[in-house]
Amino acid sequence: MTMDGTQKTPTKRSELQMARSMCWHCQSEVTGEYFCEQCVKVQPLSKEMDYFTCLGLPRLLTIDLGALEAKFYELSRTFHPDFYQRKTDSEQNISLGNSAMLNTAYRTLKDPIQRAEYLLRLEAGSAKDIRTSPPADLFEEILTLQEDLEAYRSASDQDPATVARLRDKLATDRELLEQRQREMDRRLFELFTRWDALHSRQSRTDPASPDFQKDATAVLKEMREILSNRTYLCNIVNDLTATTA
Amino acid sequence: MTRIVGIDLGTTNSLIAYMDGQTPRVIAGRNGRGMVPSVVAMTDNGLIVGDPAKEHLVRNPERTIYSVKRFMGKSLEDVSEELIYFPYKLQEQGGVIRIQIGDKTYSPPQISAMILRELKRRAEEHLGEDITKAVITVPAYFNDSQRQATKDAGLIAGLDVLRIINEPTAASLAYGLQKKTQGTIAVYDLGGGTFDISILKLKDGIFEVLATNGNTHLGGDDFDRTLVNLLLHDIRDQHGCSLDQYPDQMQALRLEAERAKIRLSDEQKTMVALELPSGHGAFRREITRDQLEGLTTALVEQTLGPCRLALKDAGLQPAQIDEVVLVGGSTRMPLVRRCVQDLFGKVPHSELNPDEVVALGAAVQADILSGGTQDMLLLDVTPLSLGIETMGGVVSPLIRRNTTIPASAKEMFTTYVDGQTSVDIHILQGERELARDNRSLARFQLKVPPLPAGVPRIEVMFLIDANGILHVTARDVRTGLTQSVEVKPSYGLSDEEVERMIGESFTFAAEDLKARQLIEARTEAEAIIKATEKALGLGGHLIDSAETTAIKAALAALETARSGDEHREIRARIADLEKATHHLAEVLMDTSLKEALQNKKLSELP
Repeated sequence: MTMDGTQKTPTKRSELQMARSMCWHCQSEVTGEYFCEQCVKVQPLSKEMDYFTCLGLPRLLTIDLGALEAKFYELSRTFHPDFYQRKTDSEQNISLGNSAMLNTAYRTLKDPIQRAEYLLRLEAGSAKDIRTSPPADLFEEILTLQEDLEAYRSASDQDPATVARLRDKLATDRELLEQRQREMDRRLFELFTRWDALHSRQSRTDPASPDFQKDATAVLKEMREILSNRTYLCNIVNDLTATTA
Repeated sequence: MTRIVGIDLGTTNSLIAYMDGQTPRVIAGRNGRGMVPSVVAMTDNGLIVGDPAKEHLVRNPERTIYSVKRFMGKSLEDVSEELIYFPYKLQEQGGVIRIQIGDKTYSPPQISAMILRELKRRAEEHLGEDITKAVITVPAYFNDSQRQATKDAGLIAGLDVLRIINEPTAASLAYGLQKKTQGTIAVYDLGGGTFDISILKLKDGIFEVLATNGNTHLGGDDFDRTLVNLLLHDIRDQHGCSLDQYPDQMQALRLEAERAKIRLSDEQKTMVALELPSGHGAFRREITRDQLEGLTTALVEQTLGPCRLALKDAGLQPAQIDEVVLVGGSTRMPLVRRCVQDLFGKVPHSELNPDEVVALGAAVQADILSGGTQDMLLLDVTPLSLGIETMGGVVSPLIRRNTTIPASAKEMFTTYVDGQTSVDIHILQGERELARDNRSLARFQLKVPPLPAGVPRIEVMFLIDANGILHVTARDVRTGLTQSVEVKPSYGLSDEEVERMIGESFTFAAEDLKARQLIEARTEAEAIIKATEKALGLGGHLIDSAETTAIKAALAALETARSGDEHREIRARIADLEKATHHLAEVLMDTSLKEALQNKKLSELP
């Protein structure tokens, strides 16, 4: 796994090695990837291992989904409890834990939004802020929507024509919001590409250099903001769908 | 290596299958039928399961239990709307339904265990070895309580349930094995009491479930009821007779409706006939397929919503499904086939017998677990979101529906009050926002060291295993100590109760044996009586009158014994009759009429 962006990773990696250097069963040094070479017992995946490492991918935001799936299937065959039915309880528990972690890793990386949120957690400690008020550039739309929703809710018992008109209005509002969501997604994917490019240039740019740090921080910051706004927007749209359903 | 069998524990019928080399096979009973009706009769002479129990539905309605799967993991309130359809009395105790038969009560897992024991016996007889390990299938949309109840049933029946697998995914294994399919498939499974839809991706031996949905209270039983209601109405109108007062007639009507429904899958119209209680004559009426479809269209359409949701969750359009597979007896209805075809825009498959395919798949999964097949792997999902109740009765989701299992989630808990020593946690399953709208799964109490508010940090791990069953463990982050968590199921038997029921099941086993011996002796008696009567008719003139009288006396004695309850007595009278007819048989043997005797010998064969 080559393109690690931050400096603290090397220390983490060595801790990771320490954590699983000894076989839980025969206490010999583990040299194999998932199994002890001495006693052939399955080893627990380190809890510190990140999902990209787990699934054999570089820590980038644009990923090869085919390769991801192939690795997931390969590791499922390695760890799935079906193949540990006749083994000891300890091995069955390791198989269960490893499979659960593998499934979480795959699910997280498969979805671009979850993947970006996860990368932000790895790189910046947290994925997004939980917004309680609408983002500034969405303020107008949200305000209009709130008024329309209010009118629709109080008009529910009134004449069908009014209800139908308000329903149409809400549909238009929703389309507008979904349009905004698509814009956000577009910008998000631009940032994905920038992040990946930044890390592919790593061989030329010193990761510790101020320029690299500045660029990387800016990308992360904008991604974080978009993800926060996007979640807020999704909640509003879901609420809208539930109300008009 | 101990053999593992595959069991389809169905609402209407159950089957047991095993892997014969590379081929899964359903084990047929002595009657040649693979299906064991999921019917249990508690007669005065003990327990009867399967085909012979089905006769008791009409003879003994208050003591004959059918469709018990509808009650697995359910409370009385859950099934309140359909209580009128069941002739037996139901109660509730500790969140679990109890079926009252005479002065005893039975939980649904106990009744299911009786069916399982019958299947187990059948397999042991066929394979000539003890059967102790099994894979049992459940509807994909079964929740945790329903799965746990199924596991309990296995335990009570003396089976180590190594895996609970979902019926539609089991079916996909059987299909995949046979056809080496690749691509996206939809399995539409409409059985006697439950409906499931599962969308899978098949690639290089991996069966990855992308999404599943369903309704655990929708199936053939519900179709029968629409027809029953129509007929009840007719009978009231035409004969002024309300059948509600006659549980036996109600059962006869239900069975007649079921048979008519089945016939209408092949025919355009059929006749329904029923003897009414005395003084009301007989009821007859014609039903057309169009009429049946008119009655059931709304029910069949109820399956389409879950199909659309599953497609949405899988991120697929109907046109992106390569193959549609039909499972479950109710998919024989032309109306169901049309609806499925309209939704997916392609002709659904049904090459494998829709009644057997689930059991066959369970046998394949059993083979995988025993290390036989290594090239196939099933990656299933949890059908319902799992969450915990937070402040204000809102659910905080931990594991979303359609997450691949095994799946885990961690949650950190702390205290709000200084010195607080416990935290109550309420686990729920379902898709709604508020706790009260979801299914309560279990509650437990986390023990916390008395410290200032917010200081304790207890990490709770929720893990859904490959059976779709939840396990909870907790760890004090400060001390690193793990604590055992005693989870009290909201709708399930306690461990102690299951233990007690395992003990009781041995008593049933003894009663069971007694009942079976009686049934077998009676069946044999009937056969020999028929054969003797036939032989007398053919060769009566060849023997003297004293001998005829002796044979007739022996016949009468056997008839009397047959209506009694003692299998030994019946056996003794059979032996007497055989002795009495010995000469007649010889005489017949010497004549060209020896064919009649061969019939007799054949009928004596088991």
